[in-house]
Amino acid sequence: MLLATDRWRERLIVGFLFAVAFGLPWLMPSRALFVAETASVALFALSLDLVLGYAGIVSLGHAAFFGVGAYAAGLFAKLVMPDPLTGLAVGIAVAALMGLACSLTILRGSDLTRIMVTLALSLLLYELANRFDAITGGADGLQGMAMGPLLGRFEFDLQGQVPATYALAVLFLALLLVQWVVRSPLGATLLAVRDNPLRAAAVGIPVASRLAFAYAFGAALAGAAGALVAQTSGFVSLEVFSIERSADVLLMLVIGGAGWVYGGVLGAVAFKVLNELVAGITPQYWTFWMGLFLLAIGLLGRERVLRPWALWQRPSTKAVR
Amino acid sequence: MGSLAAPFDKGSAVSAPVLRTERLEKRFGGIVATDSVSLSIAPGARHALIGPNGAGKTTLVNLLTGVLPVSAGAVYLDEVDITRLPVHRRVARGMVRTFQISQLFRSLSPRETLALIVGQQRGLGRRWWGSLAREASVIERADQLLEQFRLASVRDVRTDQLAYGKRRLLEIAIALACEPRVLLLDEPVAGVPAGEREEILQTLAALPAQVSILLIEHDMELVFGFSRFITVLVNGSVLAEGEPAAIAADPRVKAVYLGSGAGHTP
Repeated sequence: MLLATDRWRERLIVGFLFAVAFGLPWLMPSRALFVAETASVALFALSLDLVLGYAGIVSLGHAAFFGVGAYAAGLFAKLVMPDPLTGLAVGIAVAALMGLACSLTILRGSDLTRIMVTLALSLLLYELANRFDAITGGADGLQGMAMGPLLGRFEFDLQGQVPATYALAVLFLALLLVQWVVRSPLGATLLAVRDNPLRAAAVGIPVASRLAFAYAFGAALAGAAGALVAQTSGFVSLEVFSIERSADVLLMLVIGGAGWVYGGVLGAVAFKVLNELVAGITPQYWTFWMGLFLLAIGLLGRERVLRPWALWQRPSTKAVR
Repeated sequence: MGSLAAPFDKGSAVSAPVLRTERLEKRFGGIVATDSVSLSIAPGARHALIGPNGAGKTTLVNLLTGVLPVSAGAVYLDEVDITRLPVHRRVARGMVRTFQISQLFRSLSPRETLALIVGQQRGLGRRWWGSLAREASVIERADQLLEQFRLASVRDVRTDQLAYGKRRLLEIAIALACEPRVLLLDEPVAGVPAGEREEILQTLAALPAQVSILLIEHDMELVFGFSRFITVLVNGSVLAEGEPAAIAADPRVKAVYLGSGAGHTP
């Protein structure tokens, strides 16, 4: 995987899937907002994949950075200027700085302490956003942000075609960047830290700085996802910091498979599509079916749920990616 | 000890030791795990550290490599005080260890593992673009190590699926990939089945002569076959030091090892 050189087939498949995704808002305009939202959430899942899948940092509070990005971009649009790309950059920068500062809390300790610390961080931010309602709008949410046109030309339409294209483009670039990084020599050292921090240090890899880098990078991408959601929906609520959001993104990553660049993105798409389908049939009880689906994945394994015919074949010796 | 050890002592006084500790001490609460240990490893040494269970051998390795902070005393590498340096900085200065229980990167193959370490060693560790696969000299060195440690046949197998003996070999290959000047081998053959033992002994014997080696081992056959100088650690402090013949004849050492090591007197 690390030393593979031939990737044309992978590029072809990813290129094709993104071409379909970019076409969707224009072919099915009624689904454009759904595409925008899914792309933003997929970016969020990608960011967690980097943190959990590549650096091995278990986080149950990843929404902290998503929320910070969302509020930063929202407040920037409302108070400073409405340009979306500048707002996105602000969201990314604020979340990245926040991630770098908070990386101090995850350098030591076991998975359990990390779960606790990350969860605590998102709870703290939730209450802060609630308390300082003069700035954030508190429980009413941040309202009154007017988005300017993208690149000075393309207005955000209510139907969501421009927002969807914008979100997809950001997701695509982020995916390229993450892929670029995780396959580099630096990315290799991240895998080493994830697999065995004790040994990683013993071969000369500065473990703490690698963890801080991964955490800040993941936070930056989560901030970008939050900024996208704020900009494409024109609204930020306290919910961006909620435990549900952190838990959902973790589920998406579990569905798609952590430690694989496409895991988060595919998991997010599967999660959102399933959500949409089931909610269309039974709006009240969709979480029941979601739970059943997750149980099946947990007990049977992803491979056998997504490819049931494999159940009747001889057990695959290939590791589930 | 006495006369037999004397020529060596003179030699080490002339050429400065590569690694030296000065009254090294480690306390865990009230327990003294390492008690005023002053150790000296000569350049190119084949130095063994032996002692009964609980003598503090692994603690000493952890102090030398920086995994544990010392309570008192100092560690010098090339006469530079490294007592407070973090683990990875000591590795960069050439002090490398292996682990008693293999510590591998379970999801990576031996080839990926060695390529990433060689890359790190050559200063690529912070490069966030490109791929190790395109670094011809890195791949070449990794393949060379695979060959040298008889891992070529399993080079693309995930390490968590390797046979135990192969894992031990990879453990040593990893250390050598770090270009060590001082190599601390923590029980390299512990738990290795007889069939795979010979392979490891041969690779140990073939380690580069210029690398100074400190071997921590229970296996007396390996210790007396491999080392040219032995330090005996008991209850955290040095009981005896000297050449293998002198150590084997030392009545205090015999008393400590009665029943376990006495049979291996050469």
